[in-house]
Amino acid sequence: MYPRQFEYVAATSLDEAVSALAGAEFAKVMSGGMSLIPMMKLRLLSPDVVVDIGRIPGLDQITDAGDYVSIGALVRHAQTASAQNLPRALVDAASWTGDVQVRNRGTTCGAVAHADIAADQPAAILALGATMVARGPNGTREIPADDFFVDTMTSALQPDEILTEIRIPKVGGATAYDKLGRRGGHTDYAVAGAAAWVQKDNGTVTNCRVALTGVGTKPTLAHGVAEALIGTDGSEQAVKEAAERATEGVTVLEDLYGSEEYKAHLAKVYTRRALTQALAQL
Amino acid sequence: MKISLTINGREVSADVEPRTLLVHFLREDQGLTGTHIGCETSYCGACTVLVDGKTVKSCTMFAVQADGASITTVEGLADNGQLHPVQEGFWERHGLQCGYCTPGMIMSAVGLLQEKQSPSEDEIRHAIEGNLCRCTGYHNIVRAIEYAAAKMRGEEPPPPDWEEEEVSV
Amino acid sequence: MTTTTSVLGGAVRRREDPALVQGRGRYVDDIKLPGMLHAAFVRSPYARARITSIDASAALAMEGVHAVYTADDVRHLGPLLAQVPVGKLRPLLADGMVNHAGEAVAMVVAESRYLAQDAVDAVVVDYEPLEAVVDLRDAASDRIKVHDDLDSNVIITWEAGPFGNEEAMAETKRKIAEAKQRDDTVVVSLDMVNQRLIPTAIEPRAVLANWMPGYERFEVYSSTQVPHALAGAIAKTFGLASNAVRVVAPEVGGGFGAKLNVYADEILVSFASKALGRPVKYTETRRESPHNTIQGRGWLGTATIVGTRDGEVLGYEIHAICDMGAYSQNFTAAIPFLGVFVGSGQYKFPTHMKLDLVHTNTMTTDAYRGAGRPEAIYYLERILDEYAAAIGMDPAEVRRKNYIPADQFPGAMAPVGFALDTGDYEKNLDAALRFFGWEDLKAERDRARAEGRYVGLGLSSYVEVCGFGPSALVDLGFSWSEYGLPSAFNGSGLVRVNPDGTATVIIGTGPSGQGHQTTWAQIVSRELGIPEDRIRVTHGDTAESPMGIGTFGSRSAAVDGAATYEAAQKVREKAARIAAHLLEAAEEDIRFENGGIHVAGSPDKSLTWEDLAKTAYQPHLLPEGLGGGLEAHSVFSPSNATWPFGTHIAMVEVDPETGDVDILRYMAMDDCGNVINPMIVNGQIHGGIAQGVGQALFEDAIYDSDGNLLTGSLVDYPLPTAADLPNFELRRTVTPSDANPLGVKGIGEAGTIASAQTIVNAVVDALRPLGVRHIDMPLRPKRVWQAIQDAQSGRNG
Repeated sequence: MYPRQFEYVAATSLDEAVSALAGAEFAKVMSGGMSLIPMMKLRLLSPDVVVDIGRIPGLDQITDAGDYVSIGALVRHAQTASAQNLPRALVDAASWTGDVQVRNRGTTCGAVAHADIAADQPAAILALGATMVARGPNGTREIPADDFFVDTMTSALQPDEILTEIRIPKVGGATAYDKLGRRGGHTDYAVAGAAAWVQKDNGTVTNCRVALTGVGTKPTLAHGVAEALIGTDGSEQAVKEAAERATEGVTVLEDLYGSEEYKAHLAKVYTRRALTQALAQL
Repeated sequence: MKISLTINGREVSADVEPRTLLVHFLREDQGLTGTHIGCETSYCGACTVLVDGKTVKSCTMFAVQADGASITTVEGLADNGQLHPVQEGFWERHGLQCGYCTPGMIMSAVGLLQEKQSPSEDEIRHAIEGNLCRCTGYHNIVRAIEYAAAKMRGEEPPPPDWEEEEVSV
Repeated sequence: MTTTTSVLGGAVRRREDPALVQGRGRYVDDIKLPGMLHAAFVRSPYARARITSIDASAALAMEGVHAVYTADDVRHLGPLLAQVPVGKLRPLLADGMVNHAGEAVAMVVAESRYLAQDAVDAVVVDYEPLEAVVDLRDAASDRIKVHDDLDSNVIITWEAGPFGNEEAMAETKRKIAEAKQRDDTVVVSLDMVNQRLIPTAIEPRAVLANWMPGYERFEVYSSTQVPHALAGAIAKTFGLASNAVRVVAPEVGGGFGAKLNVYADEILVSFASKALGRPVKYTETRRESPHNTIQGRGWLGTATIVGTRDGEVLGYEIHAICDMGAYSQNFTAAIPFLGVFVGSGQYKFPTHMKLDLVHTNTMTTDAYRGAGRPEAIYYLERILDEYAAAIGMDPAEVRRKNYIPADQFPGAMAPVGFALDTGDYEKNLDAALRFFGWEDLKAERDRARAEGRYVGLGLSSYVEVCGFGPSALVDLGFSWSEYGLPSAFNGSGLVRVNPDGTATVIIGTGPSGQGHQTTWAQIVSRELGIPEDRIRVTHGDTAESPMGIGTFGSRSAAVDGAATYEAAQKVREKAARIAAHLLEAAEEDIRFENGGIHVAGSPDKSLTWEDLAKTAYQPHLLPEGLGGGLEAHSVFSPSNATWPFGTHIAMVEVDPETGDVDILRYMAMDDCGNVINPMIVNGQIHGGIAQGVGQALFEDAIYDSDGNLLTGSLVDYPLPTAADLPNFELRRTVTPSDANPLGVKGIGEAGTIASAQTIVNAVVDALRPLGVRHIDMPLRPKRVWQAIQDAQSGRNG
């Protein structure tokens, strides 16, 4: 309940934030603080320096950049959840993140950078093939979503980097996200969930990406599903068969909310449900 | 660290340790003990306040982050002794028992009704999902918010649904 | 169907609320005293370990740290007092050994909460970890003893059928065994877990102690349900007179039994305050709470029914091991015994109950809403459903067939050996079935099934024992003498009419949201005719209130309420004498009506309460020998506990693919006797149901085999939210109790006692077509799904 002492830096620019990070032994970036502050209160994490990027101007917008839609580092879950120009999978994932207060304060970029294994938006980000933009002492680099999620609560971000933006490509098709929450329905963290993006041309599935959350060490792409579905007509049967391959190559982990067998089963169920919902929009 | 902010319409300046949580600043430094603490994982919502008009869990925010912000706590809702319609609704519809979650619950309801004039029951239930109550089973909290919503729309609130009479066969 | 009224008050708004809705309620953590210090605790990371060293030097060297106390400093104060001292009592601080994860090893006192926590981190404790005992069967086997100085981990065995009569019990066992041997009977049996729960009042416990040198007196603020018990325990621990300790329970943010206890931290901050001469406060954090405040439930048992094929139950057995945790606190070993009281429910069949209470290396268990009764009723009402399914009979009809009939009252005895107050179980069941449309519900379920949906209906009867209680309970070991209090479970109330005609009511209860200020004003207003808004009720302050033992076990209205009613009658009698004197009328013609005092048949002869009260405080104006003042105190001992009952019905839908359970409807027909404030009664039922649903679907205090609590935060211990619960449809029947003059029975726990198995019965009903017979709570999706898999593959037993 009572965090250890730390030095607080209220950065006014990204440059200032990056240099504050670079100069510290153990620094953490804070945007909404929804993940960081509870961990600090439980003293599971005690950074020497907290770099608050919450006051940096210009980062709180969802903007259309032509080929992609850009989600700034300070865009709250609530903004993502009500965005008109973002794919449905991400909008739903954001609207089922935490609760009203958490969505008012927490940020989409923060949730993605935190890389919780049971979070909603990382799966959507991954299925959508988004690009993360990170700023560090050596400038800016782009990290494809496929390379971003490394392990449990570990992303490809370096300790001295800040996730400044997520770029959601405008690739067409349709998307959906569905999950089983810990309290049932869509409530709370995901026991398991899947985000799907599909494209169809002339009655044939031409493109597909499915990402899982909750089942393994990190949000993971279900490559086998895409492989199986592309080229089919996207029929109920095709989706069902493709969904059977959801956990191929995925290390499914048991936790308090499900056995390995159950989680693997749910991965298939929600893959099927998300794909079905996405295809229904086409 | 020096911070300046507005709390319930009053300008406040203070010197705080960076690690001081907003909820402790409100309770311990400002004497606004209506904002409660029920957990440390941002789950119970007893500490909910409005920060720049949005509901926020004040136990998951450092006081330094509130520098320059405008904060409304439950103490700031009533106007010259006149209860806010949400407060009135909780009283009229027995929306509280022990009262501990109540300030946070009321702030969430205020936040909801700022955005939706006529929320459905389902919308009300989801809007207070981040506020745990262990006493009421939420039934009467939902009724209280429906009461307040009607009042704020200038309508007659629906009648209470408790049963005065016994069933005989 | 007709309706009649038996409401003693009415659904008036609560007096408590204006302050609470404005955030002006005062809870313990809101209170600051000059010079106040803060306590924090060093807690064990191990469930069972030897403490080899404690080094507090670094903590003590920190500026602003006043003290670090260990067992060496407080050993002389003895173990924590317990009201039922069966088993091992808790040392105030771990003394050489730790016996559960999170056990307090040292207490730090510092200038601020943050600093106290920094100092806690600086205390170095070395442990030698030992193998922990967590599993209940393992504990009962005594493979490893939790406490070397006890003979066994099994601290006591409660056996009944009936209780306290060995000969009759042998006969019961013989009857049941015989019935099992018969060819024409059905035997159904289930192993079931009634899991451990973390009570989780939203207000974490807090205590602020202030030793006042010179006054030689303690002033203690605590979030307790039992202020008098705490005052008694502190006085006894420190060798003080009872009036040298004032305990105040201000607003208490929910209790549910978890605050019905005297805690080591309450004694320890008192000790620190006395030692340091400064007020000391401790507020537990949510993370500490499951290790510091008692947990509830924790039964592992087997229920068996033997009955005929046409629904006559010939015998019921329940054998369970009950988890007491590492130490006994207030009522620990008595909690399962409360289950014994209701072990045979509303039924007449021979019942044999055997409960082995064991220590384990986990946090202490004690009273959590319902306390023993939800566990006992759960086993009974679950197995009755399985029996009904086995013989293909409507579960409601199976219950009806086995109820103790209404004509047995008064004087009915439960087969476990206790006298019931009043009951008409069939009336209540019929009201539930007709009012909620049981046949229509069944038809609706069947239609849904035909559509391929997994919809289920669950029903549970229940009987509760509460309103403790009669002085005679002391004979069963339920007393408060260990805390130096008068031993009985009496209630008390003091009614005073002030010189201005207002009334002050002072009661010995310790409410935490039950609305006593409102209800007691209603009780007194009804007797005296003084308007409710001119009556002020105070409670929870041992310096002001008459001896009372607090608020728990759904007892306040039935016991302290009745005491207050009697006190109001005494005041009324005296007022009538004064009025008769002043109005020159006969006493029996005095009427208390319309907020004033009148003479029957003489409309011009009347007094206001102000007129009368003013006179009452001037003895020279009163009849000779009457004496001045207008107040009365009454201590009430009911003739019996009260036994509320009812019927709950739930309709659920299960997604068989994921195991997700959705509650479609929840209906309750309760009978708690007469009702004072129906609004408050309904609120109590709502909250009670929610807690039972929480147990049924979500909540589980899970310890791993090393004794680590895996669900110690609200992240992993999900409480039901508004989004998880339906609206509740409530109605009631009224069978007034004859154990108290108000005819009330108590309603605080009924919802919880009724609801868990109502939900489980509904879910099992939904999945019966798939072959599912039972699923242990909580019915998290993973369990429901697994049960379906097991049933489909023939693994369900």
